[in-house]
Formats: sequence, C-alpha cells, structure tokens
Amino acid sequence: MAEKITIGELHLSGCTGCLVTIADNYEGLFKLLDDYADLVYALTLVDTRHVPEMDVCLVEGSCCLNDELSIEELKEAREKSKVLVAYGACAAYGNITRFCRGGQWNQPGHEAFVPISEIVDVDLYLPSCPPCPQMVRNIAVMAYLLLKGNDEQKALATAYLTPLMQLAKRGDTACGCDLMYDVINQGLCMGCGTCAGTCPVRAVTMEYGKPNVNRDQCIKCGACYSQCPRSWFNFDVMNNYEGIINAIKGAMQ
Amino acid sequence: MDVLGNYKSVISARSTDKDILKKSQDGGIITTLFAYALEEGIIDGAIVAGPSDEPWRPEPMVATTKAELLAAAGTRYTISPNLYLIKEVTRSYGFDRVGIVGTPCQIQATRKAQVYPIGLRDVDDKIALALGIFCMENLSYQALEAIVEDHCNQKMESVKKMDIGKGKFTVYTERGAVSQMPPKLIHKYVQPGCHVCLDYVANLADISSGSVGSPDGWSTVFVRSLKGNEVWEGALAAGLFETKPIDQVKPGLDLVKKLATEKITKNQKHVDERKTVGIRADGTPKGLRNPYESP
Ligand SMILES: Cc1cc2nc3c(=O)[nH]c(=O)nc-3n(C[C@H](O)[C@H](O)[C@H](O)COP(=O)(O)OP(=O)(O)OC[C@H]3O[C@@H](n4cnc5c(N)ncnc54)[C@H](O)[C@@H]3O)c2cc1C
Ligand code: SF4
Ligand code: SF4
Ligand code: SF4
Repeated sequence: MAEKITIGELHLSGCTGCLVTIADNYEGLFKLLDDYADLVYALTLVDTRHVPEMDVCLVEGSCCLNDELSIEELKEAREKSKVLVAYGACAAYGNITRFCRGGQWNQPGHEAFVPISEIVDVDLYLPSCPPCPQMVRNIAVMAYLLLKGNDEQKALATAYLTPLMQLAKRGDTACGCDLMYDVINQGLCMGCGTCAGTCPVRAVTMEYGKPNVNRDQCIKCGACYSQCPRSWFNFDVMNNYEGIINAIKGAMQ
Repeated sequence: MDVLGNYKSVISARSTDKDILKKSQDGGIITTLFAYALEEGIIDGAIVAGPSDEPWRPEPMVATTKAELLAAAGTRYTISPNLYLIKEVTRSYGFDRVGIVGTPCQIQATRKAQVYPIGLRDVDDKIALALGIFCMENLSYQALEAIVEDHCNQKMESVKKMDIGKGKFTVYTERGAVSQMPPKLIHKYVQPGCHVCLDYVANLADISSGSVGSPDGWSTVFVRSLKGNEVWEGALAAGLFETKPIDQVKPGLDLVKKLATEKITKNQKHVDERKTVGIRADGTPKGLRNPYESP
C-alpha cells in the first residue's frame, strides 16, 4: 500500500451535518482511515487547533463575512491544501444560509454568508444537503488514486472527478430553477424524475412527467441539478459503471 | 461503444406464463423477470409504471406482488418518471434490494445515481435489478392524447392497447376497432429531451428488452451485466421463458442494429447542431448546452 493521503475538514457556517455524513460511512470510515487517508483536521474528531498542510480539504459551510476568523481560516486552508472541495450545499451554493438574517444566539451580527468560491478558488464541488456518505467515500478513494495511484488509476480518477471540477467552474449558484434554466428550457429534460426523488425538502414534484419546483420551499442545495442525468453525463465513466462500482467496492474491502 | 452496448448474450424470448402474456406488451419479459426476482428474494419490490386516475397516464409505483406487476404491465407511450421513487423506496418502504424498469434514459439516471450518489443517500448498493426497455422516443401526455384522439379518432379511455411497430403507430380499442397512423407524424410531438438521446436499447441495464427484432408476441432480450446474467439463467432454469436463437428469428438483430444506428446518428447530429444554433455579433456560432461535455 502506497502512503496515505491527508484529508481535513474545515468547518465554517454549516450545521455539522456534512461532518456527521463522513462518519455515516460507519465501518467504511475506518477502512478509509486505515488504508487511504489520514484525517489531519476536523472539528471534534481531530485534536488540532490550526489549519495544517493537507492533500484534500473538505470545507463545510458558507463563509460569514462578519466573521474575520472564517475568512482567514478559509484563505489559510486554500494556501495549505492541494485540492479544496466545497463540501456540501452551503459551501458550494450558500444553501439555507442564503436566507440567514442574523439575530442568532450567540452571534446576532452574523448575517452575510457567501459560498466559499466568492472568497477562494475551489477545485471541486460536492453539492447536496448533506452530500451522501457514499459520495464522500468515492471522492476519498478517487483522490487517493489520483494522488498515489499508477497511471491507469490516475486516468480513471481524473475522468471520475472531472464533472465535479466542472461544477466548481460553473458558478456558485444552483437551485431548483437551474433545472428549469439549464435543463428544461434547454430542451434536455426527458422526465426521469431523478430531481424530484433527490430533493431533500420535497420542493420538486412531477407534473405530467416534468419537474415543477416550489421556489419558496427550495433551499438552494443544488442536489437536483447535480444528480440530473441531463445536467451532465460522462459516457466514458458511466459506461463502465460495473467496473467503477467494483473498483470502489474492492477498495473498501 | 457499439450502438447495441455491451452484452453477454442476446436471444428471442417469450414468457411461459399465460396471465402475463395477456397483459404484457410483448413477450412479457419485464413482468416475468420481476415476478421471478420477487419470488426468489432477489428484489423486495420493483419501481414500475403503474396506473393513474387518467387513462394511459402512468404513475410510478412500487410493486411488491405479482398482481401489482400485472397492473403495471404493458407500454404507455408517455412519461413515467420512475426515478421519482428511487429514494422513497429505500425509506418509506425500507427496501434493501430494489428492482427498477425504465427507458434507456432512466437506466442512465439509475447508473448515475449509483456511480455519483450526490443526493441519493444509501441508494447506490440497493439497486438489485435494473431492467431496460428499448425506446426510440417518448411523448408528453397531452401529445399522446392529441395523437390518439385527433389523429386516430379514438377516446383515450376506450383504448385497449397501443403499439409502435412495422412502420405504424396502432391503437386497438376495447370494442375491436384498429386505428393507425404513420410514426413520422409523431415526430413533431416528441418531447425535446429525446432528441439528444444516444441510447436505443438501454445499454446500461442488467437486462434490456424490446419487441424489435423478434416476431409478434416475442421479445428481443439483451443480457448485459453479471447480475443480469445470473437472474436470466435462473429464470430460464425455472422454465419461465421459451426461447429461440436470435439468428433464427425474423426480422432479427440486423433490424435492431439498424434502428439503433439511425436513432443515435440522428440524435448525435442534433447534439452537434445545437453547437451552432445561434450566432454572435462577431459572426461566430452561439450554441446551446451539451450535457455530455460539461454541466
Ligand atoms: C416510450 C416507449 C417507447 C418504446 N419504443 C420502443 C421501440 O422503439 N422499440 C421496441 O422494440 N420497444 C420499444 N418500447 C418497449 C416496448 O414497448 C415494451 O415496453 C418492451 O418490449 C417490454 O415488453 P414486455 O412485454 O417484456 O414487458 P411488460 O411485461 O409488458 O412490462 C413493461 C414494463 O414497462 C413499464 N413501463 C410501461 N410504460 C413505461 C414508461 N412509459 N416508462 C417507463 N416504464 C414503463 C411497465 O410498468 C412494465 O413494468 C418502448 C417503450 C416505451 C415506454
Ligand atoms: S432529473 Fe433532469 S432529466 Fe430527469 S426529470 Fe429532472 S430535470 Fe428532467
Ligand atoms: S429544488 Fe430541492 S434539490 Fe433542488 S436545489 Fe432546491 S432544495 Fe435542493
Ligand atoms: S428517446 Fe431517450 S430520452 Fe426519450 S424517452 Fe426514450 S430513452 Fe428517454
């Protein structure tokens, strides 16, 4: 086994659901930590005060502009990590924090929250509220293959991670409306229902086979958009679904 | 990749279950396989296109009995957003082994959900059997209504079966009338999302099936994955299907290949043309999104 990669979780303005999601891999988390990644920084899980150097930094939460420490830590994390991931909907798109208007105990002045890409460059997006534990596992395994694998493994990991890197380039907003703008209005929707099945707050319903978004209910997590097969679909990876699922399963055994 | 996708075997087949054949669209492959998988504990239930309160409008449904599978058998040529239930089925129903049937695009969605489970927690390893149905194009409900009621002059509620084959769209009514129209008239009603579709025979399914290639009442069946092979071999051993080698039936695999090639060529051209739909002020082309290139 090649040496492990180092992973950290930087906690900004989020609900800690993303952090808990890492742990929701249960025994898989131990496997990841035994063989692939050392967790070098994470709220409550690692006893480290200051942002260390790391290969992959998962940033949870949006960045509060009223909180200088958040801005400083985010910049520091960018400088010290090879791959910076907007981990979860708040970091990627603002999510529910878009609607925060301060007045919260014990920081009543905190009211301006931006997705982290408004402060630093982000390499990769993992949207959804929270992202799925299985996706954290997949990204950890792929990041390991990318940084420590042989040429073939590097190619596989690059192909796998590319759409998530492209999502980071796409911009820092995504909500149910993006289904309308970038999929339906673009003549791409074919009515599979994935978006409605994915939405964590049931803001999407299917009317005569097409999604209808209740915009007041949408929290801007971007899950529907990123899970939609017509927002992006990479044949080179998906055509090899059996191989990829087996590779990840094999890595976790 | 080949227009027919990767597959381990292809065969012409028909269910040996008379009840299923009475209700199914073609050889009853999908309903028979799900009934077998339920019986064997391979799946706890399957997401199928169930009935709704409007005639011929399917609604995704979780079937856990053969009776429910039979209620959902047959083809509705309009959208049934089956993936809508993909998370629900592991939550409210609590299933660990899920079956799902879908058009090629829906099987693509299923595989994306497994390979990139971004917002579909604890779903990826619970897809136990993904069955695909061949698909040239699909229609909105209102489009189907226009075709049946305006072009074929039949009431939706009086229709017993609809079928596309041998160059015709055909509706059979309860009272024995048969109305037909040429499929080329359907073209303008096809939902736009189908024009960028690059899969005819559900390349990513465990097993996929359609009528094309086989004689009336029979189906062409592609066995594609290891999982699919296991289930297919089991069902054959249990005597659930009659089979014929595909090279001994008419019109055979050549027609499947021809139609698949036509669909993919036409739609690839459409995808390419989207790049230059518009024009910028400086005279260079301005395009629409290509979902196969980037988000
Ligand atoms: C829109 C559409 C276009 C098709 N085009 C072709 C074609 O060009 N060539 C070809 O050979 N075959 C085509 N088919 C497939 C064909 O009509 C049959 O569905 C297939 O042969 C299976 O028949 P069966 O007797 O094995 O299945 P059955 O035992 O009758 O079971 C069919 C299953 O499909 C499900 N289903 C029905 N309608 C839908 C729907 N709209 N969306 C998702 N699931 C559905 C049912 O719930 C059922 O579980 C098309 C099907 C659809 C829905
Ligand atoms: S997931 Fe995408 S393609 Fe499927 S119904 Fe929703 S918007 Fe349409
Ligand atoms: S519609 Fe639902 S899934 Fe989509 S962004 Fe809004 S909350 Fe998220
Ligand atoms: S043509 Fe393609 S996109 Fe349209 S319903 Fe069939 S499989 Fe789906």
